[in-house]
Amino acid sequence: MTPELATPELALSPLARERQAYRRSRARRSTLVALASTVVFAVAVAVGVTSAPGWPRVQDTFLDLRVGWESLPAILSGLWLNVRVLVVAEIGVLLLGLLIAVLRTLRGPVFFPLRALATGYVDLFRGVPLLIALYLIGFGLPALRLQGIPTDTAVLGTITLILIYSAYVAEVFRAGIESVHPSQRAAARSLGLTHRQSMRLVILPQAVRRVLPPLLNDFVALQKDVGLISVLGAVDAIRAAQIASARTFDFTPYVVAALLFVLLAVPTGRIADAVAARATRRQGLA
Amino acid sequence: MTPVLEVRDLVKRYGDTTVLDHVGLTVDEHQVVTVIGSSGSGKSTLLRCVDLLEEIDDGQILLDGVDVSDPRNDAAAAQRRMAIVFQAFNLFPHMTAAANIALAPRVVHGLPADEADARARDLLDRVGLADRADAHPDRLSGGQQQRVAIARALAVRPRLLLLDEITSALDPELVGEVLAIVRGLAADGVTILMATHEMGFARQVSDRVCFLDGGRVLESGPPARCSANPNTNGPGSSWPV
Ligand SMILES: Nc1ncnc2c1ncn2[C@@H]1O[C@H](COP(=O)(O)OP(=O)(O)OP(=O)(O)O)[C@@H](O)[C@H]1O
Ligand SMILES: [Mg+2]
Repeated sequence: MTPELATPELALSPLARERQAYRRSRARRSTLVALASTVVFAVAVAVGVTSAPGWPRVQDTFLDLRVGWESLPAILSGLWLNVRVLVVAEIGVLLLGLLIAVLRTLRGPVFFPLRALATGYVDLFRGVPLLIALYLIGFGLPALRLQGIPTDTAVLGTITLILIYSAYVAEVFRAGIESVHPSQRAAARSLGLTHRQSMRLVILPQAVRRVLPPLLNDFVALQKDVGLISVLGAVDAIRAAQIASARTFDFTPYVVAALLFVLLAVPTGRIADAVAARATRRQGLA
Repeated sequence: MTPVLEVRDLVKRYGDTTVLDHVGLTVDEHQVVTVIGSSGSGKSTLLRCVDLLEEIDDGQILLDGVDVSDPRNDAAAAQRRMAIVFQAFNLFPHMTAAANIALAPRVVHGLPADEADARARDLLDRVGLADRADAHPDRLSGGQQQRVAIARALAVRPRLLLLDEITSALDPELVGEVLAIVRGLAADGVTILMATHEMGFARQVSDRVCFLDGGRVLESGPPARCSANPNTNGPGSSWPV
């Protein structure tokens, strides 16, 4: 609400009233123009699509309500696997990402090997395509037939996701750590805190707060990439849709799975927006 | 009696520039020693070297007669016996005033959380901020932040308190409230080494004043003798950036 609207109309001078009226009429006009153009665009798309020569076929194979409804239970139970993989992966990514980030910020020649290892890790897993990593780890690891190596495809998929996404998240964390001014570390050290204590109690809390928006953004990306574990054969939502689709020669189950993934992503997206907005407000204050 | 702090022939270089060139000074127990010098003369560097936040290039720093600048000695243990208040406060922005103060007593000196908190509130009371204990730094004025920073330094019961131009980042009307606290500490017998631009104030509270120029101590002595020194610029004429 604009401050002018909050004040009683009577208290305004004629000049202010006249300006307010002008602002209102302009706002009304912009709203109407936007509304009209949206409607025109939607109608054009709808007409364009439904009048396409292939539309009856597409409607039949992609939007068959009965097929969709029948495939829903299997896809939902597949989605439950996705959700579990997602939760485990998110926790793993947070921990491993943080560890790598902290290793990369260690100073001094003593830590060179650790630092180099962490840098190599990020270079490797940020560069390799997720699909290839899934194949290599999902099929390569079990082929070693080592004792204690998991063979469950969902577990292998989760491990791959953690490895890849940790590399991204580590860089996000590192940017956050390096954005904390060195004087904060000096203050912590002068109070007698050890390096580890300053990291845990002073640097990281500030760093994490600053990188929360990009962090949540990475999590939204991870949320849909959990569907890729289906290439290993794990029966998740996508794999369930594939099975249903193969049985009915109908693509509707894919549409159902896609809608479910979108529904799953909406809350995370809103949380990310809210967090980003709050971060901006805070910066405005400081 | 051994002085609390003795700096001998301290040399500190940044690359090719020698910021401190064989600096020497001593601070006896219950004394207030002030370092004065124009902007860039190395006052902050000197205090940071004493607090072992910077590695020194030559010389010795003796705390109660023990050479704490010797890499074979435990630097962290020495740091626990000193406390520094910075020019720019450097409070932890994600903690309340009370949490800022209670942190070191709790995690460094092993005080139980409730005792650390009680000590923090006590100290806040002493610097006149009892009612702002639960405020975060960004909700405090500059003068209030600097008073919290002083309380944070006092919370570890330091043997030596280092004050680095603690009023130079403050608006003139906030300087008084901070200086009043330092005056109180001096009266209580806290051993202090400070850098300042406030000549008048230095004269009032100091037992000794050292003039730092071009990385060397030009002159050192009781404030009355030094007050007429033409090398000193009044406050404000060399405002730090
Ligand atoms: N980390 C650093 N790297 C390089 N040069 C530095 C560094 N810190 C300080 N200096 C230089 O050392 C000199 C002394 O700086 P210092 O901050 O000690 O001065 P100061 O007397 O505290 O000045 P002010 O009154 O402005 O605070 C300056 O010339 C500064 O540019
Ligand atoms: Mg300085």
